[in-house]
Amino acid sequence: MNQSDFLKSVIPFKDKVFRLAKRLLVSTEEAEDATQELYFKLWKNREKIAQYKNVEAFAMTMTKNYCFDRLKSKQASNLTLVHSNYKEKDTPLEKKLEYQDSVSQVHLLIEKLPEKQKLVIQLRDIEEYDFEEIGKMLDLKPTAVRVALSRARKTIREELIKHHNYGII
Amino acid sequence: MELSNIEQLLEKYQNAETSLQEEATLKNYFSEGNVATHLQEYESMFNYFAISKSETSTKPIQLNPKKKTNWKWLSVAASVALLVSVYIGDGYLKEQEARAQYAEVMSTLKMLSTTLNKGTEAVASLYVYEDTVNKILKTK
Repeated sequence: MNQSDFLKSVIPFKDKVFRLAKRLLVSTEEAEDATQELYFKLWKNREKIAQYKNVEAFAMTMTKNYCFDRLKSKQASNLTLVHSNYKEKDTPLEKKLEYQDSVSQVHLLIEKLPEKQKLVIQLRDIEEYDFEEIGKMLDLKPTAVRVALSRARKTIREELIKHHNYGII
Repeated sequence: MELSNIEQLLEKYQNAETSLQEEATLKNYFSEGNVATHLQEYESMFNYFAISKSETSTKPIQLNPKKKTNWKWLSVAASVALLVSVYIGDGYLKEQEARAQYAEVMSTLKMLSTTLNKGTEAVASLYVYEDTVNKILKTK
């Protein structure tokens, strides 16, 4: 496998890797570093990768594991976790302001979810993988994925309604 | 898409029973605006998902990144170097001590032998005296 073949097979999901890393590590910088590190690992194992049927699922699993390791390691605990401010590029300003509050609320709510639910929401509602693939990535049965997803969606919705009614979370 | 249909889909969505296609329908509905007021919370959710999906990594990937210096290993190397130098230094010190002792013993022995030689010379002069005495006695 030469460099251009490798890049052709792995670059298409680079942003998905980045977004998953960011979901878990919170800071953009950390996520960029994790993405870099992950691609470096993939490149080192390129001979093995050629045998995998689903490189993307494999890469997502690796990303998840790598991020968990980072979170566990002391190095990461020394870093301050900063909520990066939301950047919207395409929506007009009035709309953006209107959304800003409740949309960033969703971000915070997802952050508060347990790890499994966080991952499932990320992989399903944002990256749009099917249950089978998510199951493979997270080493879960598709039914377990469904349960976690349902819980996550319900929690987010309920919290948003609460927020809407009382102005607090 | 009719509102009742959307409501039905949302019910399924809550239970994670919608297909990816049905979810796409929902995403589509909420992206168009004109959302019924009682579904506002879903609007925030689906908008957030859409915005999140548009986020991209801006850093280009390098396949051969510079190895970060691992300071942990440096400290290991330093401690090994320290141990080795202490060991070698200790050996050298012992050797030096041994040399000094050897030199001292040698000089003491030399002194002893010169003193001894002086003694034998003195004794030799006694022999000369005896010879002379014998000569005199014999010639008499």
